[in-house]
Amino acid sequence: MTDRKLSISTAPFLKEETTTPWIMWQVVFTLVPVVGVSYFYFGLSAVMITLTAVLSCLFTEWLFDKHKKSYSVKDGSALITGLLLALTLPPGFPLWMVFVGGVVGIGMGKVIWGGLGQNIFNPALLGRAFLQAAFPMAITTWSNPDGKYFELRGTNDAFPFYQGLNIDGVSSATPLAQMKFDHIGTDLKALLMGSTGGSLGETCGALLLLAMAYLIYKRIINWHITASIMLTVVTFSGIFYLIDPAIYPSPWFMVFSGGLLLGAVYMATDLVTSPITPKGIWVYGIGIGILTVLIRIWGGLPEGVMYAILLMNAATPLINRYTKIRTFGHQK
Amino acid sequence: MAFGGNIAAIKPLSFSHGVHPEEYKQLSCNNPIERMPFVAEYILPLGQHIGAPSKPIVRKGQKVFRGQKIADPEGFVSVALHAPVDGTIDAIDLFTHPNGQELPAIKIKCDTFSSQLVTPQEAGDPENMDLPEFISAIQEAGLVGLGGAAFPAHVKFSIPEDKTCQYFMVNGCECEPFLTADDRLMVEYAEELLDGVEILNRFIKAEKLYVAVEINKQEAIQVISEKAVSRNCPIEIVPLKVKYPQGAEKMMISAILGKEIPAGKLPLDIEVLVSNVGTMVAISQYFRKGQPLIERVITVTGTALGRPTNVMVPIGTPMIELVNWCGGITSDAARVLLGGPMMGMVQKRLDVPVIKGTSGILALSDHEARVMTEYSCIRCGRCVDACPIFLNPSLLGMLAKKGFWDEMAKNNVMDCFECAACSFVCPSAIPLVQHFRVAKGFIKEKAAREKFENRNSV
Repeated sequence: MTDRKLSISTAPFLKEETTTPWIMWQVVFTLVPVVGVSYFYFGLSAVMITLTAVLSCLFTEWLFDKHKKSYSVKDGSALITGLLLALTLPPGFPLWMVFVGGVVGIGMGKVIWGGLGQNIFNPALLGRAFLQAAFPMAITTWSNPDGKYFELRGTNDAFPFYQGLNIDGVSSATPLAQMKFDHIGTDLKALLMGSTGGSLGETCGALLLLAMAYLIYKRIINWHITASIMLTVVTFSGIFYLIDPAIYPSPWFMVFSGGLLLGAVYMATDLVTSPITPKGIWVYGIGIGILTVLIRIWGGLPEGVMYAILLMNAATPLINRYTKIRTFGHQK
Repeated sequence: MAFGGNIAAIKPLSFSHGVHPEEYKQLSCNNPIERMPFVAEYILPLGQHIGAPSKPIVRKGQKVFRGQKIADPEGFVSVALHAPVDGTIDAIDLFTHPNGQELPAIKIKCDTFSSQLVTPQEAGDPENMDLPEFISAIQEAGLVGLGGAAFPAHVKFSIPEDKTCQYFMVNGCECEPFLTADDRLMVEYAEELLDGVEILNRFIKAEKLYVAVEINKQEAIQVISEKAVSRNCPIEIVPLKVKYPQGAEKMMISAILGKEIPAGKLPLDIEVLVSNVGTMVAISQYFRKGQPLIERVITVTGTALGRPTNVMVPIGTPMIELVNWCGGITSDAARVLLGGPMMGMVQKRLDVPVIKGTSGILALSDHEARVMTEYSCIRCGRCVDACPIFLNPSLLGMLAKKGFWDEMAKNNVMDCFECAACSFVCPSAIPLVQHFRVAKGFIKEKAAREKFENRNSV
């Protein structure tokens, strides 16, 4: 036994099994059913957009990985960005634009900051914000769920650098747009099941709630973030609803329409870009809730979740600084 | 939990935050304390405690008896040292200390024909002593805190004139995974433990006495509670939640009293004194049997050890002998540690002796010693939820990587007592507490240098 070499290091010598890639892959697994539902509603278009977004993100991550050891590709975080980006896009969106979104999301949203853990903004949302600014027409052209599983929709097949021609000639409105411009509500059941127009992931509320429950149970997302956003949106929009139900949407509609659930479960909870202090997390969540409602009710856009989250991402370092934790044995 | 006696609370208390490592205590928690046969040689480092090393009072070739004093305390913050066996002084020379340095020590060759009965020392009668006499008696007994730091017990119990001790707590938490020495000691030496508390409290005069035990030690809680009732000892048993680092002084006090020790202060500043269960037993053994601190209970355990055991070991026993008595380390052993797995020290050689502060020897296999890939901090906040003193290890870790020591000091890194809960939970396997140890070293060094320069400039 004496020739056995003993290794040297310093305490601790026990380690919890959870690893960063495990956390990332858990998120990926919960996204699989969400992507599945988008296929059910939007057919081949959903598959093509998801594939393109994922490939574009992984490719960009690999391209900028200076060690080329594919550590950062394997840790699953770029995959999450790809999936999330896809879920924020309309089904008929040109595939080449999807690719550009992925490159910008990973390139400008992540690697230029120094890679995993260093970025200020959620990469998927940054990519989407870029697409919204660059291609405002394409990104607001929606098609309704239909039974066509093997057909491409809208301008999916547009040639690079072209907008493409919308063959259907019609663009349907999302529940949020109907509410904003025509004050037409949508049935809550339709919102929960997802049989409405919208982005790939803006549809099935029920499934997102399930994924949320799982991620909270596994302690992967911080429930305080999701809860603070939802509570704020319900309370804040509820006040206006009580004032005048004819003009303002009901709080339930606010929660289950558009990207709020997707944002509150998957994007605002991004570990890297959300505050770390217990108080800061509530400041952040409440901020997102208020901004979302403000943009939805009074802003120029029907949907405000993306900008709300990005704005609060920008405020995160400041929030961390002003909500410092009181160290044991110190005065406040 | 249906206990008779003086159990303080039915609902176990705790502190906020903390972690739950796997316990591994079942390896040895039901094994009664054994004694091992005497070995050929014992090595007794002169510096086994915090403070000045003891001063030898024996010469080479001299015969010594088990329990006889072989070194005097050098100044106040120092204790005496005693021969753990009957034998002859073989050498007073430099030997490898468990901390890795070559330090002066006394080597004793064991007398194989001796009966090895303890030669009782003149301890005095604690019923007829005043405080200074008591303090010097336990200094002569070589008593140190047996929890691991080995701080001289008499220094801790010398309460300054302007302070009082209202609460005295005996720490039987043993929150480190694997270790079961205190657990067994409480079960098998409950009578001595309570006797030690009673003797001590004649002098420190605390109003409230507590024994804090994590609830994974049901038998210990039961036994102490029964013995306390039958002895009519006014001590309360406080069951605490099983959570790491429950046994840290700050955490234990905050669990029991709901009070925080102000940063940089001592428990006495909030009228509390804390001591380990082993120290209480040692006090009783010195005053009742005249046996100074010449042996202690050690848990020898681990996933890569033949026969996990709790052993009453003479101080100075070479570790290799002890480990071999406990079945030896198995072929997949990757690390041997002194102390628990969360705060222990890794040992690179086993020919060093057991000293007063050794609470456990752990042999870990490749599985526990596995090296994990380090990823970037993803700011998940698990470390923030783990840190028992509410630091922000995530932020401190990022600052440490850049070498921003001053900024770290501003974020209270000096309060960190290195429990390692942050490193334990970090999914990115960032060696956080290891970074903090380095940072604390730099900050202390800088402070010392500034002090020196200021003195020169005046």
